[in-house]
Amino acid sequence: MISVSGFLGQIFAIALALLLAPLLSGWVGQCRAWLQSRTAPPLLLPYYMLHKLFHKDVVLAHGASSLFRAAPFIVFGCMVLACAIIPSLSTDLPLAPAADAIALVGVFGLARIFISLAAMDVGTSFGSLGGRREMLVGFLAEPALLMVIFTLAMIAQSTSVATIVETLAHREFVIFPSLAFAGIAFTMVSLAENARVPVDNPATHLELTMIHEAMILEYSGRHLALIEWASSLKLYAYSCLGLAFFFPWGIAERDNFMALLAAIPLLLFKLAIGGFLLAGIETVSAKMRIFRAPEFLGTAFLLAVLGLLVRLMLESRV
Amino acid sequence: MDFFVLMLAIPLVSGALLTVFGERAWAPNLNIIASLGTFLAAVGLTVEVVANGPRFAFGEQFFIDSLNVFFVALTAFVGLTTSIFSGPYMANEAAHGRLTKPRLRLYKSMYQLFMFTMLMALTTNNLGILWVAMEAATLTTVLLVSLYRTPASLEAAWKYFILCGVGIAQALFGTILLYFAAERVLGETGNALLWTHLVEVKGQLEPTVMALSFIFLLVGYGTKVGLAPLHNWLPDAHAEGPTPVSAVLSGLLLNVALYAILRCKVLADGAIHSDYAGNLMMGFGLFTLLLAAFFLSRQKDVKRMFAYSSIEHMGLITFAFGMGGAVANFAGLLHMTMHSLTKSAIFFAVGHATQKTGTQMMADIRGLIRINPLIGWGLMLGTLAILGMPPFGVFASEFMILTHAMKHFPWATPILLLALGVAFASIFGKVQPMVFGETEAKRLPHAPAITPVFLHLGIVLMLGLYIPPYLTRWFHEAARMLG
Amino acid sequence: MNAAIPFSAQLINLFASVILLLAFAMLAQRRVMALVNLFALQGLTLCLSTLVVAVTTGQTHLYWSAGLTLLLKALLLPWILHRLIRRLQVKWEVESLINIPATMLVGIALVIIAFNVTQPISELSSTISRGTLGIALASVMLAFLMMITRTKAIPQVVGFLAMENGLFLAATSATYGMPMVVELGIALDVLIGVIILGVFFFQIRDQFDSLDIRHMEKLKDN
Repeated sequence: MISVSGFLGQIFAIALALLLAPLLSGWVGQCRAWLQSRTAPPLLLPYYMLHKLFHKDVVLAHGASSLFRAAPFIVFGCMVLACAIIPSLSTDLPLAPAADAIALVGVFGLARIFISLAAMDVGTSFGSLGGRREMLVGFLAEPALLMVIFTLAMIAQSTSVATIVETLAHREFVIFPSLAFAGIAFTMVSLAENARVPVDNPATHLELTMIHEAMILEYSGRHLALIEWASSLKLYAYSCLGLAFFFPWGIAERDNFMALLAAIPLLLFKLAIGGFLLAGIETVSAKMRIFRAPEFLGTAFLLAVLGLLVRLMLESRV
Repeated sequence: MDFFVLMLAIPLVSGALLTVFGERAWAPNLNIIASLGTFLAAVGLTVEVVANGPRFAFGEQFFIDSLNVFFVALTAFVGLTTSIFSGPYMANEAAHGRLTKPRLRLYKSMYQLFMFTMLMALTTNNLGILWVAMEAATLTTVLLVSLYRTPASLEAAWKYFILCGVGIAQALFGTILLYFAAERVLGETGNALLWTHLVEVKGQLEPTVMALSFIFLLVGYGTKVGLAPLHNWLPDAHAEGPTPVSAVLSGLLLNVALYAILRCKVLADGAIHSDYAGNLMMGFGLFTLLLAAFFLSRQKDVKRMFAYSSIEHMGLITFAFGMGGAVANFAGLLHMTMHSLTKSAIFFAVGHATQKTGTQMMADIRGLIRINPLIGWGLMLGTLAILGMPPFGVFASEFMILTHAMKHFPWATPILLLALGVAFASIFGKVQPMVFGETEAKRLPHAPAITPVFLHLGIVLMLGLYIPPYLTRWFHEAARMLG
Repeated sequence: MNAAIPFSAQLINLFASVILLLAFAMLAQRRVMALVNLFALQGLTLCLSTLVVAVTTGQTHLYWSAGLTLLLKALLLPWILHRLIRRLQVKWEVESLINIPATMLVGIALVIIAFNVTQPISELSSTISRGTLGIALASVMLAFLMMITRTKAIPQVVGFLAMENGLFLAATSATYGMPMVVELGIALDVLIGVIILGVFFFQIRDQFDSLDIRHMEKLKDN
């Protein structure tokens, strides 16, 4: 069943994700600094951070349960699994049947639940505040993400991520207004899910505004390293998913090893551009008050539903 | 010169002239002379159409048949009498300082343009132009409703503009759908909206599209007719605008809007082959009738009350046309005529009465019969006429509608009787003390024009007792055309 | 799989979707100036879509319609509105009777209704862009929603004009244009309507010292 190239492709995808994810975070940070006329941090800063954190001792809060200790591993595992089933390089992934697009959303949801629970576990006020906010964002972002996926699934007549990407990559050039709607909605959801600027600020340490940072205040050492790495992986996963859905050209197919190799520089190129655009969005938009986040995500949901409706109305009967 | 061209040209040209010279001393006379000219041209046109049958004008863009020539004559007649009435009325308003000269100029020019748009709406063969003319009729009257520039009149005009704008937009969507259906049959020519062409192929029009189109058209033009639930603009606009405007709104504009619905109903009936359009109209008509009857009893402002009475009658007429068939259509047409004449007569009388007493509140108007017996009797007789008392013509038409309903739609009879009964009780109960009661009031600087009131009531009385045979023939032909 | 839809129809569909999107954006907009700009943008999109229809079908009068749309809806009317806003010193915020997310949800419901209503008609359509009728009706209804939920005069008027945009979309894209006379008449009516409203704004402001429609709730039946 599992072809050699498929197996290799899967290994490649996971390895690349693990390696590239911190680089992508670093690249976005650098672009941001550059766009904001600041001195850019080194590109490899996230690697130094991870290296430093892995060599530090873990300090656990009093009353931290086993959940608190297990959460980083679970979150990290979820993100690796997500990266494994997202066709970043090739659509021939042996792990792909493990989860379709809906389950993928579930995997992200699982990670969110555990990190929120862990944040509340210690019982500090910031932890529970962050956890609550994270759940609020997730509660609004997930339906929007699902709607985006439904739109795409209707185009491909399948909920498997690999099949969707395969269909989208091999169609002739047709303007899908629904895809445009879905694309904008997906971008908005990604911004919210990855704690990016209009909703959250990954670089902030101002307690009252933060979401993601508030949850992980109590973590240290390798736990923190895993969580940071998982965040990078999440960004990477969302970026790859977006690229695969909306710019699927150049992703390799079944039994095509050369195409797989060719896909790597292309992916790097696309990620570089995507990261730059992300930094651009973060630069031009201002952080919104947390109470405005529901409206932001509501708009994303609206757009996704519109995409679905437009798909039904304009494009369905062919 | 062609009567038809004259009929459209006179109000247009005089409207333009009045825009420029409206402040001159002879301007009110020009207004009356222009209306008289329009009326004479309309009479000429009517004679011509009755003698020679339907005719076109400007290629096929305008079409006059026995149905719309009837409305044309009515419109021109009420337009004439209203202009006669408005001369002293507006002079009194100016003397009281409620209106300035520029506003009077605006009033006269808009009045003529309003007549022009209505005549155009009635005679056009193109359903698209019909829409354009209806919208233009709204636009010309918006500024007339807000003529006094009081907060209440501005509010009324704003409501009028927005609600009718929304309504008319629905009608445009209906027209587009109609064109969409017609285009499939008639092709992409400019003829696909010409009513005469459409009526020839009405059986081939797509029923689903036509059904949807008719709903939009009914709701859209129905807003202007004053059909519930989109009637809210009507009482406000009638109560807050100058009385001549209330008279033409009630007497004419509602008719023209209903005429538009009738034209569309003919097409919808032809395409759908069922009572769909008729049932819709009956439903809307009954609902409107009932709602208006119960609102009547709560009114305190006299013009507002008669505005609700207009809504009530429009509901009744819509119901009559909804029933369909020669008798009901005949009754509907007759009732439209009676209502136009009676209601405008009432507004004339009410206008003078409110000027005399300086208020529109019914509680403060008392003893009209002493202040000015003619106005008092005019209002009393007009009220009796509009309530359907014999021997006035409204009785004849209401009686026909009722008997036809009893025969074919017995379930509707109690509703009709209830609504008419409630309306009777509330209007009569309120008008009676206004006419007969104790009062003190002063003379007006300009003697009111009473002639139009009694002219209208005289015609209504005459038609109640005896309808001339040529008029019957004419109504019959129009009723047959409506199917 | 979608090969049966010709490219021009795809373009029209795209523009129609953009118009729908703009209708929603207007519904969500909180600033008066931005609202007018969105309206202008909608007019521009409408012009482009009309142009595509004109090129596809080769009907010359549609070029005129497109030009008219550009002139009237994308340039003239927004300009008049901008001037009015500045002359009247209108406050910048648009106030809504219902909060905006709720309005959006109602909006989605309206879109679904519109699509449902026009579904059987779209199937009959012979024109290449059959789905646009639903979008047109949806835009009309969204504009209508905007008119009922806004408390200020100018947003209501923008809603009124946006409604006209939706109707125009229905006329051009779904039926390939009404006869030229009718289109000219409609354009004239819209223009006169806006001018009258302009006059009206000054009257309202003089009377109420504000353009808030909530001052105008005196006329009621009781």
